Amino acid sequence: MSKKLYTGGEIILKALGDQGVDVIFGYPGGVTLPLYDKIYQQNKVRHILVGHEQGGVHAAEGYARSTGKPGVVLATSGPGATNTVTGLVDALMDSIPLVCLTGQVVSNLIGNDAFQEADTTGITRAATKHNYLVHSTDDLARLIHEAFYVATHGRPGPVLIDIPKDVILGTGLYLMPEDVQPRNYNPKIRGDREKIEDAIQLLAAAKKPIIYVGGGVINSGQKACQLATQLVRMTGYPCTTTLMALGAFPASDPQFVGMPGMHGTYEANMAMHQCDVMFNIGARFDDRVTGKVGSFSPGSKKIHVDIDPSSLNKTIVADIGIIGDAGSVLEDMIRLWDEKQPTINTAAIKSWWNEIEKWRGVRCLSYDQGEKIIKPQFALENLRKLIQGSDFYVTTDVGQHQMWAAQFLHFDKPNRWMTSGGLGTMGYGVPAALGVQVAHPESTVVCVTSEGSLMMNIQEMDTIAKYQLPVKIFNLNNKVLGMIRQWQELFYDNHESECDLSGGPDFIGLAEAFGFKAIQVTDPDEVCSGIEKMLTTKGPVFLNIEVDRNENVFPMIPAGAPHNEIVLGPNQNLKTVDDKSNVMA
Amino acid sequence: MNNDITPNEVCEHTFSVLVDNEAGVLHRVVGLFSGRGYNIDSLTVSEVDSVEGYSKITIVTSGTLSVIEQIRAQLERLVPVQKVSDLTRDGRSVQRELALVKVQGEGDDRINSMQLADKFQAQVVDSTPESFVFEIVGSSDTLDRFIGEMRHIGLVDVSRTGIVAIARGADEM
Ligand SMILES: Cc1ncc(C[n+]2csc(CCOP(=O)(O)OP(=O)(O)O)c2C)c(N)n1
Ligand SMILES: [Mg+2]
Repeated sequence: MSKKLYTGGEIILKALGDQGVDVIFGYPGGVTLPLYDKIYQQNKVRHILVGHEQGGVHAAEGYARSTGKPGVVLATSGPGATNTVTGLVDALMDSIPLVCLTGQVVSNLIGNDAFQEADTTGITRAATKHNYLVHSTDDLARLIHEAFYVATHGRPGPVLIDIPKDVILGTGLYLMPEDVQPRNYNPKIRGDREKIEDAIQLLAAAKKPIIYVGGGVINSGQKACQLATQLVRMTGYPCTTTLMALGAFPASDPQFVGMPGMHGTYEANMAMHQCDVMFNIGARFDDRVTGKVGSFSPGSKKIHVDIDPSSLNKTIVADIGIIGDAGSVLEDMIRLWDEKQPTINTAAIKSWWNEIEKWRGVRCLSYDQGEKIIKPQFALENLRKLIQGSDFYVTTDVGQHQMWAAQFLHFDKPNRWMTSGGLGTMGYGVPAALGVQVAHPESTVVCVTSEGSLMMNIQEMDTIAKYQLPVKIFNLNNKVLGMIRQWQELFYDNHESECDLSGGPDFIGLAEAFGFKAIQVTDPDEVCSGIEKMLTTKGPVFLNIEVDRNENVFPMIPAGAPHNEIVLGPNQNLKTVDDKSNVMA
Repeated sequence: MNNDITPNEVCEHTFSVLVDNEAGVLHRVVGLFSGRGYNIDSLTVSEVDSVEGYSKITIVTSGTLSVIEQIRAQLERLVPVQKVSDLTRDGRSVQRELALVKVQGEGDDRINSMQLADKFQAQVVDSTPESFVFEIVGSSDTLDRFIGEMRHIGLVDVSRTGIVAIARGADEM
């Protein structure tokens, strides 16, 4: 430890540098000015000036999801800090590692209703995995290093550090990351061997197994994804990946049956419903996946692996619950499997696949393009064809377009698909794409959105243009809050209450005003060439595709219904769900 | 704990939670209960180790077995929480509560309240010609009974600490 004194601002930048941070997303303000003065005088940590602090947090999420490294945000006190709240909760729900630094009024004014004071640690206590208020410049380095440790260990999540202006201005000692003994927070990594052996036995003896992969596998890292893929291939079992896990197992693999849940494929949901052994690794039995809990996969034994003990038995009781990191458990499992060489019931697995092929044969994602109006599915299918094989990343907003993107775009690699799953935050897509593109300047980054969500963080189009980031915005413009309209049509007697967006702005003019190249597509015949032009035009491009406002996302399991009550298309009646308390959730 | 409890039966559990004594830690624990809709029947908190900087929170809550299991897992997830023990599940424990009970009255009422206090081993900690303040330590049940009987005599005010608890036997937490 050196005895040299540094200012708080210098300590912050040094600590970020030593944590391997190369970029932060921020917005300045009164109390962070002394830190911005230090940012000005260095070039090790790059600062991206976003248009709104919420955008900054989503950008950091996109950066984190696409790199596997923690994302870093910097906001000022008061309104700067409160603007981060939605992004922080989004990261909390989707287990994204973030470190958010906020400025705070000088220590002796805290509690005085000072100008731009907010009780940031109080407000964000339920919005973060953990948060800190720094009392002295001497504590700063230790707390920043600890924040990175907490954000990235165990189940990842956002950690906030609130730093009063006098702490930034004052001087203190610096500590290197390795000099900081992280406190008593030691999540369990290794799964219990006995339970892993029990899991192998159960899984090997299964007649109708399913491997259900969740976002935890992506969080665990690329190696965990490879191991999951290896396990699926060596067993020959079907694999489904949640919305958060698309890409953890290659979508092009014939063993992939698609996504489960409300808008999942027929084959994935039927397989989940009918299986006799379910191996859940890193998924949390979200209610959008389980549907009616009491009827969820009624005949199966369930193995659940999660690094977060509170995920086990939260909604679905596991027959074998294994606490541990997905990668570590998979590694042990594959090794023990190799040692034991258990016999798989190949005949049963073969007839299980026959059943699954029958469900697959229903072709639940088919749609009817027709001649005049562009179907959103058609647009996305063409996007898939044209980006397949290239080095691409996709972010989405929230709504129908998000579900269609999940259904129609295929991911063969992890960390390529960024979406707001748990919180469902409209306004996530554009800033997330900005963060991804900053991390991967040479790759193709497409943001699939629709005009409702787009308007929620549209200011980040300016950030994208300002930094000349070649983000491609793929706007499925249906002139309506499509997902709202769909539910109103299906469950509220088609009362289209407050969802119409037909009076919206001229998006082409708007995109151009921001400095994007804008392309308009209105005819099915132009879709392909429009997408090609979007992909080949240099710099930021906005593609406005006018799509059918009346199209619905199918298949659909109504909220609170069991999986086998899946509705395949517009001509099949939606059954009313008896459990009314669940219907409109 | 007896094992004949059915999964849907609601039962009372006492948790002992050792936490870092830092700003906001009580808010985190209480916020977890209110945010997730768990009950708090009793809560006490105080520093127990000024060298290590640990406080202990004793929480009495109720729920089905799966809710109790969730509460434990959720508590363990909080970064400043060092140890959680479910005293109801993990074995036998001692549970105590203290109450200060103010009774008003003259003549026979004074005599009756003193006799009752004797019976419950409560101490007089304040007295005026027309009132007493009794201090009583015991199980919550005993306190309930004492206070209930004082009500007939002239109870005017009560303060209770909430339950503190510790596992029986030689083991540390
Ligand atoms: C911040 C926020 N507010 C409200 C909602 C509720 N919501 C979910 S989907 C949706 C409609 C989204 O419309 P749009 O972005 O146009 O997408 P589309 O469904 O048309 O594809 C709304 C309002 C939400 N998810 N997020
Ligand atoms: Mg729309």
